[in-house]
This record gives sequence, structure tokens and C-alpha cells, in this order.
Amino acid sequence: MSPDHLSALWLSIKVSVAATALNGAIGIPLAYLLARRRFRGRAVVDLLVTLPLVLPPTVTGYYLIVLLGRRGYLGAPLYELTGWTVAFTWYAAVIAATVMALPLLVRTARAAIESVDPNFERAAFTLGRSEWRTALEVTLPLARNGIIAGLALAFARALGEFGATIMLAGNIPGKTQTLPLSIYTAVQTGEAGQAMSLVGVLTLLSCVVVVASGRLGARPL
Amino acid sequence: MYRVLTAAILLLAAASPASAQELTLSVAISMKEAVEEIGRGFTAGRPGVTLRYNLGSSGELQKQIEAGAPVDLFISAAQRQMDELEKAGLIVSASRRVFARNVLTVIKPADSRVDISKATDLLDGRVKRIAIGNPKTVPVGQYSEESLRTLGLWERLRPKLVFAENVRQALDYVARGEVEAGFVYTTDVVTRAAAVKEAFRLPEDTYRPVVYPAAVVAASKQQALAVAFIAALVSRDGQAALGRLGFLPAPPSVR
Repeated sequence: MSPDHLSALWLSIKVSVAATALNGAIGIPLAYLLARRRFRGRAVVDLLVTLPLVLPPTVTGYYLIVLLGRRGYLGAPLYELTGWTVAFTWYAAVIAATVMALPLLVRTARAAIESVDPNFERAAFTLGRSEWRTALEVTLPLARNGIIAGLALAFARALGEFGATIMLAGNIPGKTQTLPLSIYTAVQTGEAGQAMSLVGVLTLLSCVVVVASGRLGARPL
Repeated sequence: MYRVLTAAILLLAAASPASAQELTLSVAISMKEAVEEIGRGFTAGRPGVTLRYNLGSSGELQKQIEAGAPVDLFISAAQRQMDELEKAGLIVSASRRVFARNVLTVIKPADSRVDISKATDLLDGRVKRIAIGNPKTVPVGQYSEESLRTLGLWERLRPKLVFAENVRQALDYVARGEVEAGFVYTTDVVTRAAAVKEAFRLPEDTYRPVVYPAAVVAASKQQALAVAFIAALVSRDGQAALGRLGFLPAPPSVR
């Protein structure tokens, strides 16, 4: 593999790990709230989180540009304040991958949390545990397998992200060119051999994630 | 249910009369407006003829033709892509004609306050990112690279470059203000006149002339119609339309 392709592989792993971590930080609390709380706007939150799953990735990418571009609703004030803009940086790839992967984690984790018998939680409450500690010590550990499976799915989705990434992060070799973008460019420029080896690497990596998630998810509680 | 399906199929069949002729043109995206305008005149005199435009960078369009895309006519923004197709026997050599010329320019966002009036100004720290067509597939990127290499600036500017899939994407990056400067053709500027402005032009002796060759694709089943379209490109009306949009006449002695 050429240096550009090696850096694409490394960048893809870096972006996917960061996006999975962000997914855990945002998605697990979100899944818990959607599963266990009834609050105003719950349906809207549910809809917004799910949308990237059904919308074409280019549509999600476009929304991200409108929001985070230098002239965007959040991007413009950010640029005024700091002189920095997220577009065409590897952070943009992380954001795109996070948004695209979020529905997979939230839906999987939410289903796992909903399937936890509420009687365990009630028992914890009667023993004087707060909801916060009950969630951390009872609910989430019992939903562990589903959450891990969701995180693995999110990682795999982040690894394969293309549409929203190319729109927000561009396709800069060595900077924002992840494996899927590198494959796209290799095919476009007629480098069939390079494309084949990159496709092999990505397939192998995805297989590892699927097998690992199967093993982790199937562990007894 | 079946009745609905039958109706839908009949409707589809009615929408495509058997006598219709369809010409698919793979067009370098910088030529979009010009070829569309010439195309309107072309179809006006030919009832039943429909034109389909497949727009992209010349390199991308070249790869599609190599992969057997069902295209009748190829209009490239550089000789290189056409040369490679001709060598592979994928275009009709006799039909090949250069019909227009263009000039490179460097643009910046319309509201930019950075003074960029010569190539070395691009080294300025306030110019953080520069949009350029990917030199692997996009002619405007190839011409720009050639010019910057001649000027001895390519390696120094390289870290700032953001590669675009075609010239209009580079234009869009500048129009959106995501980059401080970009390399496009002079004819592209008017398509986003409110959002971008010309900063300076690269010396024309630092890169080979930007010329547009057109040729009939060898596998086309609409050879006569495709030849007629090339004739329309070089006709007086065609050349006048190109001139109105800022293109220059093809240099003499270039095929």
C-alpha cells in the first residue's frame, strides 16, 4: 500500500474509534432517556436521532454543511470567535461518522434497556438507590450485551461512512481521506489494483468487528 | 392492483415514442452552460431528439467511457484524456475537433478581505486552504499544478490544497467561504458571480493552453447525430454562444 493508503487506513481507524467513543457518550444516555423517561419532545428527539438511518447520507451531509460550514448557523459564529472552521478537518469526518452511526447505537441500546425487567430497578429504588445510581449499577449492566452490540454496529458504520463525510470533510489525501474515500478515488483514477487491496483491508476489518461484537454480545451476564 | 400496474406500464411506454433519438453527452462540467445552450438550438431544429448530459471532471468521464458507459459524445477540458481514449481506440479519431479555449484564474470569496493579487500571495498565512481540482482526474487541477510547478510554488502550497472532484466543486468551496482561494476557469466565475471574485490570473505561459476537444465515442449507436453535434459546436452560432459565455476560439493548428 502507498503512504496515502496507509494514512487512509490509520485515519479510518482513528475516526471510527473517536466516533464510537462520542456515540457512547451521547448515545447511551440518550437511549436510556428514550427507554425510561417520558418527557416533552421525546418523539422529536427519537425522530431526529433516527433520521440519519433513513435519509440519504448526502442529505445528512448537506444539513451538516448548513449547520457547521463556515457560513453555517453554528459554523459562522464559531469562525467569528475562533477563526477556525471544522470543514475539511478530520474532526469533520468524526462528526459525520458520529451522526451517521448514532441511530444504530441508540436503537440497539434502547431496545436492550427496555427489555430490562423494571422490577429490578424498583427493587433498587426501595433500597434507597437514586435513579442515577440505579441506571449505572442495575439497568445499564443488565443491558450490557445490547449496548456492546450497538457500539460495535456504530463502529462498523463509522468505518464505512462515505456520503456525509465527503460532503463535510472533503477528500484530502493524508488529512480527511478515509478508507472508503480512498477506494472511491482509486476506482475513479483507474487504480484497480490499489482499489482491490483497499477493499480487502476494509472487508477484513469489518469481519473482525462483526465477529468480535458477536463474541462480546453473546457473553453471559 | 394489476390494473394500476398495467396503466403505469402503458404510461411509461407512451412517454418514450419509438421514433425518439437520444444522444448522451459526457461533458466536462466547465462546459455545462455553453453545451446546454448549444444543445437547445440543436434540439430546436430536430424534433424527437433528446439530449442527456452526463457532467463531471474529464478524467472521471474518461474512466466511465473506458468502463463501457453508454455515451455517444465526449467533450473534454483537456487533450490528455482524449489522447488516452484515442490511443485505446475508444473514440472515432476522424471526428475529433478542438472547439474552444479557456483561461485559468484564481478566485476568492466575494467578501474576502485578504489581498491576493499574485501567486506568491497564496503563501500568506491568512490563506489557510486553497481549493483545486484533484490533479489525478480534473484538468483544471492538472493545469494549475503545471502552472504552480513552473512558478516553483507547488511543493510550498501543497499542504494548503483541498482537492475537489471537479472544477465546480472547487468553485463551490470558495463560494461557501470554506477556503480562502481556488483555481478555476475564467468562465466559471460568472456562474457564481455574487459569491466569488477573481483575485488574479496565472501567467498564461506557465501552463499549456486549456483547450476543449470533442469526439464521437466509438461504441456509439448514434454516430451521425453525434457528428452533427460536433458540427454545431464549431458552427458560427455555436462559436457565438461560446463567446457570449466567455470562452475563447480554438487556437488554429490544434486538432
